Formats: sequence, structure tokens, C-alpha cells
Amino acid sequence: MSVTYPEAISKYLSRFTVGIAGCGGLGGVGKLVIADYDIVTLQNLNRQYYFHDQIGRLKVHALRENINRIDPAITVKAFDLKLCVSDVIELFAGCDVIVEAFDKAEMKQMIIETVLTQMPGKYLVTGIGMAGWGKTDLIHCLRSDRLIICGDGVSEVSETLPVLSPRVNMVANMQANEVLEILLKGFVPPSPESR
Amino acid sequence: MKIQLNNREEEFGFTQLTITELLAEKNFTFRMLVVKVNGELVKRHEFDQKLVKDGDDVMILHLITGG
Repeated sequence: MSVTYPEAISKYLSRFTVGIAGCGGLGGVGKLVIADYDIVTLQNLNRQYYFHDQIGRLKVHALRENINRIDPAITVKAFDLKLCVSDVIELFAGCDVIVEAFDKAEMKQMIIETVLTQMPGKYLVTGIGMAGWGKTDLIHCLRSDRLIICGDGVSEVSETLPVLSPRVNMVANMQANEVLEILLKGFVPPSPESR
Repeated sequence: MKIQLNNREEEFGFTQLTITELLAEKNFTFRMLVVKVNGELVKRHEFDQKLVKDGDDVMILHLITGG
């Protein structure tokens, strides 16, 4: 039986679990653990993966539905709560990588401190600085051991600097790309004869 | 001293600095910060005591809202 290269990657990735903290604009592995307390609003639709008819629903439920419409085989564990230190430790303990996809700076600080001090060995991929538009060249990636920071590090959301789809999703995709780099470290490509 | 600050080499005219002094030197006035020295997280209440010395690897993250 021949296995294509992309199939081999999918099969390899299906064993992993990724935790997504926050289900806004930032947030195909086998299992996902998602957590958020917010509901879908009209203002979210410019950059987040929800539909107009999902306005008013819990983000975690709407997102699980949307992910399973793309692929019913993906297991999504959804937690409707505002994450605190003990939740982070408990819910994401079984995850191979944690993705920080919060909005508020305070929450970003909380999860970074929690993972660095209380979850040794765990990778955390964060998104910091993505408001506004243009300035593509400023977006970059900073790595320090198991902490990875994607974004421009300076563009804070404000009245005159809203969060818009292109930069938010550039950072979100950069985070996803860092997750793949971490997960695929041990991937052995299928040999040419089996393809 | 020469240190790595956010993956870039920077030189200061001091043999050592506390985190508080380093933030002042750099004019970093951010409210929400994560500071790591040689991979170890430094909590805010330790900023006045924790010393940065020649050769240290320092990361100062400014946490900002948006996502």
C-alpha cells in the first residue's frame, strides 16, 4: 500500500494533542483541547472562524462545530471557562504543545508564568503584537527554550488600532507553523519505495 | 558588560545591573512584563534584587493586548 508524503505527515500528527487557550482570532492535529468563556459577536467575524448565524453562542461550542464540519475525525475537548492558573495546569497537562490565543495582556502574562514555572518541559507558543494593518515586516518569531513568541511585540490594540484579519491570522498561522515544527521533529518521511 | 537581550547582543557601561536598573537603562516602562534570565523566570518582586551580569541571556517581553 502506498502512502503519500502528506498522508504520512497526517498520520504522524494524529497522535498529538494541542491545547488552545482562547478561541478568538489566534486559535489538523488528532486532538484539540480548547478553552474560552466568551460568546461569538458580530465584531469577531472580521477575523475569527465563526459564522453570522453563530452570533450569541459560546465560542468553544461554535468552534468545535466548525472544526468538526471540516474534519469529523478530530476530537475537540471544549471547556467553557475563563482559564485560571490551576485550569491551565489541569486542562493542558496532557497536551504536547500549548497555544496561547488570548486577547488580554494580563492573561498572556498568566499563562506564560504558569507554564514556565509550573509545567516544566511543556512548549508554549504565544502571539504578542498584531493589531493594525500593514507593517508585515515587523512580524517575527522569538524563541527562548520552550517559549515561542510570534508577532511584532509592539502593536497593541486601541481605539485607533483595531485587530483586523490579515495581521491576526498571519500571527495565528505563524503559531500553527511553530507547533508543526515542534511536533514534526520526530517525523521520519516514508521511504521512496513505499510511496 | 555584554549581555544577550532578546537574542541580540547589547553592551552596558556597568559590571552588573538589577532588572529594575536594566529596565530604566533601556527606557522600558511597560506595565505587563515577563522577564527571563538564563532561562529562569524572574518575578516582579525580584526585579530590585536579581542581578544581570556579563554573558547573561536576558529576555524581556512586553505583553500587549490583542488577539
